[in-house]
Amino acid sequence: MKTFDYEAPVTIDQTITLMSKTRGKTLLLAGGTDLLVQLRYSNQDVDLVIDVKGIPELNQINYDEFSGLVIGAAAPCSQIYESAPVLENFPAIIDAATIIGGKAIQNRASFGGNLCNASPSGDAIGAMMSLGAICNVVGSEGVRNIPIEDFCIAPGKNALEKGEMLISIQIPSPRPNSGSHYLRFTPRAEMDIAVAGVGASIELDSDLNKILSARIALVAVAPTPVLATEVSESLVGQKTSGSLLEKAANIAKETISPITDVRGSASQRKHLIGVLTRRCLDIAVKRAVQVS
Amino acid sequence: MSKKMIERDKHISVGTRPERMDAKDKVTGHALYGTDINLPGLLHGRVLRSPHAHARIVSIDTSKAEALPGVFAVVIANDLPEADDRTEKAGESTINYKFLRDNNLASDKVLYVGHAVAALAAKSPDIAQNALELIEVEYEILEPVLDVRHAMSDKTQVLHEQIRTDGPDGSGDTPSNIAQHIRHVKGDPDKGFSDADVIVEREFTTVPVHQSYLESHAATAVWGMDGTLTIYSSTQGAFLARRQVSELLQYPMSKIKVIPTEVGGAFGGKNPTYVETPAALLARKTGRPVRVVMSREEVILGTGPGSGTAITVKVGATKLGKITAVQAELCYEAGAYPGSPVHPGAMAMFAAYDIPNGQIDGYDVLVNKPRVAAYRAPGAPQSAFAGEQIIDELAQKIGMDGVEFRMANAASEGTERLDGSLHKSIAIQEILGVIEDHPHYNEPLDGPNQGRGIAIGFWDNWGARSSVEINVNSDGTVNLISGSVDLTGSRTTVAMQAADVLEIPFENVKSSMVDTDSISYTDTSAGSRTTMATGLAAVEAARDVLTKLQLEVSDMWSVSLDSVVYSKGVFRTTERKSENITFADLAAKLSGQINGHGNVNVENWAGAGGGTIVDVEVDPETGQVKVLRCTAIQNAGKAIHPGHVEGQMQGGVVQGIGWALYEGYQYDELGHVLNANLLDYKLPTSLDVPSVEAVIIEKPFPSNPYGARGVGETPIISPAPAIANAVQQALGQRIDQLPMTPTTLLEKIGVI
Repeated sequence: MKTFDYEAPVTIDQTITLMSKTRGKTLLLAGGTDLLVQLRYSNQDVDLVIDVKGIPELNQINYDEFSGLVIGAAAPCSQIYESAPVLENFPAIIDAATIIGGKAIQNRASFGGNLCNASPSGDAIGAMMSLGAICNVVGSEGVRNIPIEDFCIAPGKNALEKGEMLISIQIPSPRPNSGSHYLRFTPRAEMDIAVAGVGASIELDSDLNKILSARIALVAVAPTPVLATEVSESLVGQKTSGSLLEKAANIAKETISPITDVRGSASQRKHLIGVLTRRCLDIAVKRAVQVS
Repeated sequence: MSKKMIERDKHISVGTRPERMDAKDKVTGHALYGTDINLPGLLHGRVLRSPHAHARIVSIDTSKAEALPGVFAVVIANDLPEADDRTEKAGESTINYKFLRDNNLASDKVLYVGHAVAALAAKSPDIAQNALELIEVEYEILEPVLDVRHAMSDKTQVLHEQIRTDGPDGSGDTPSNIAQHIRHVKGDPDKGFSDADVIVEREFTTVPVHQSYLESHAATAVWGMDGTLTIYSSTQGAFLARRQVSELLQYPMSKIKVIPTEVGGAFGGKNPTYVETPAALLARKTGRPVRVVMSREEVILGTGPGSGTAITVKVGATKLGKITAVQAELCYEAGAYPGSPVHPGAMAMFAAYDIPNGQIDGYDVLVNKPRVAAYRAPGAPQSAFAGEQIIDELAQKIGMDGVEFRMANAASEGTERLDGSLHKSIAIQEILGVIEDHPHYNEPLDGPNQGRGIAIGFWDNWGARSSVEINVNSDGTVNLISGSVDLTGSRTTVAMQAADVLEIPFENVKSSMVDTDSISYTDTSAGSRTTMATGLAAVEAARDVLTKLQLEVSDMWSVSLDSVVYSKGVFRTTERKSENITFADLAAKLSGQINGHGNVNVENWAGAGGGTIVDVEVDPETGQVKVLRCTAIQNAGKAIHPGHVEGQMQGGVVQGIGWALYEGYQYDELGHVLNANLLDYKLPTSLDVPSVEAVIIEKPFPSNPYGARGVGETPIISPAPAIANAVQQALGQRIDQLPMTPTTLLEKIGVI
């Protein structure tokens, strides 16, 4: 690890100014659970690390029916899964927040950090993508709202321009009769990383048997977490049934071309996406039925 | 004196559960480990490691690194004197000093990715890291040999031109990767198989598994102006570390002081030294203290794991359930230099059974991977994975219950093992009896895709040399020092035995581990020996104290020595009823100037049997195995500290679950390790293991004063085969390779 400067501003403006003034490479630090490991082992040259944990807007977790859920970019998982409105309305978010790392990691790791880290296996990204999240970004040029499916552009690369920072993630209020779930496969029960993951949100009609809308996100099977629109399309307008979910699972398998690496083979990932899609949709549907 | 058993009703401390002396310091961060050593002027040492699995070193140019400001010295193999081509026993493994030298700093060839090539010292870790990149090494890359079967074929590149197979019929005459071929034959195996009604045969494979001690290797070396070399080391054997450094530097033992630090786990992996000698070389060259601490990646790449293996095994039995013959071929990876644990692997494989006819061939095979080190019951988890599955399969084929079949073939005292040794008292039948009667074995499973498996195992343990000294203080408390590095609470268990003999409260004994200048020779803390053998030295030292105190009393009261008796902390004489003096009062009278010595060489010790009952649930769609319930059974002889014994049993199961389901080196075709970190080298977490019920059996070993046997290693042997047997029951598919990862399971059942 090479030496670098460290700043801990308390406002967004200070942060933007710091970023624009620094000539060299700048990194933003929230929980640091990815960043510190990368600094220690990648031996990359970093000139300035800006700790954004102390900025109030980045720690907010706010919910109202009109604007939905706003998660500050630095809010740690443990605050997210202890938040009453999140517990009540966004089960997929709870699913992701409680499986990232382990208990100790969850006290530090943030959804914003998980998103900016842009790992193909980002659990929080998969969950938020299934819920149609919007990323609120600020830079010296002003404000941008980026749909989450456009935020990650390659492994470890996000859509932020130089001088921009992620402030918060906004997730629309759940529609009536809707349910969500995030499910991943890891060899270990904790302190592990997804071999494959699926996030799903499902909206049912008032009779609770037809799917009105669906969003499915697939994790760790492409260079970034991806929205599986073909899977959603296969579900919309259909009556829920075991065979429908099975068909959707098969479509999910066909839409991906995963790689083989140390964590799993391509064929294993393809197979797992099928299993996980079916199981994930099943639970999302059950949750939709339960909340209504 | 030690031959005498101490009567059970006399136990004061032994068999109780006092708090471990080192516990609070360790859990609160106060204990000092190797990385905590910080001396004035300290330099930071780093090691340059080979990026190639097999290559000849053409040249090394260190000039650019040496020129970097902040770099104080660079050393390579040429900085070491030539070493003797001599092999000695070291714990449960062996050390050849020529190979050890090459493993500390490669001379002509690098033999695995991570092999140390050079070491340097700089004023900061960052400068040291940057300087490593400036050392220029020219390699001539050779074909890597990574598969044990491939390594054994004639057509493979050999790692060492000078090595010939040391075989049962003499030495080979051409270079070979098979360093040794051992053979055990008992009875007439051919006839045994012809008498069998049922024969099963299988091949099993396992991959290298690392001990994964939480603390990495660390050594800090400093030279005094008088030529004394002091090394603070994370070693598990201070005297063993001193011997290695002395041999590699060709420097007298008297001038090397090894100070053992607290050790964050060793499991056999801290018997060999890696960074001690390079640190000493750098400290000598710079005239400053030098500390070398390995990263986790270096530990995985550059230190010895347990062997990967390929094992074929064939067993025959009559339809009434009597084993008639076994035949096995054990191919164990030694890594870069000879010395795999194929001997103990072959010893342990069928040691729990009375086998009338059998042949075991064992091969010590060189491959381009790190030289293996001892890992808790070295060699036995691999051979038990094969042996206890084949036993299970045979029982199924015959239609017998697994416990019943094992019982019908269980070894007992006097049974001749396949390696020719005769069993001392063992408790295999008792262990099987506990399994058979345990609620865990009898309660029904409660869900689909669940299975229950059992397995048993036996480990030989070790005795060897230990030294203890006890100094009495004027307030009646005592200080006990031993030469044993405390890995698992041995300070406490050794002190308990001294307190017991001295008949003073355990709290009055302060027990410490000391450096190699302060006590006489003590073998390494390995082979499950420490509580038993160093405990025996403590018993001897305590008896020596009492003998000396009895002399003092007889002088003081002018009575005969024979008349002085000691009981419950009070000296009396049978000559005059009125006289008595307490241990503490006598200690005060003597200003505490009494000490006792115990130097033992334990040549008569006993092995220990154990067993595992385990329930699993398999998800047939994902291949994931969850361990639902586990019961561990073990013969401790006498549990000196039952809580520590339970801890050993539970820890062994946790590591066994790691072997079974999670752990293993993954290599690419060039010999690079793909998972040299603890994210991708998967150890089980607390959520992956159930609460393990530990059932201690106490069948005493009569030659120990308490009847104690070693307990540390046996518990890791039977979990993996028990889990494999449970998976077989759940899936209907026998898994013949470790680890049984989700990927492996899905492939075996044909899902992917």
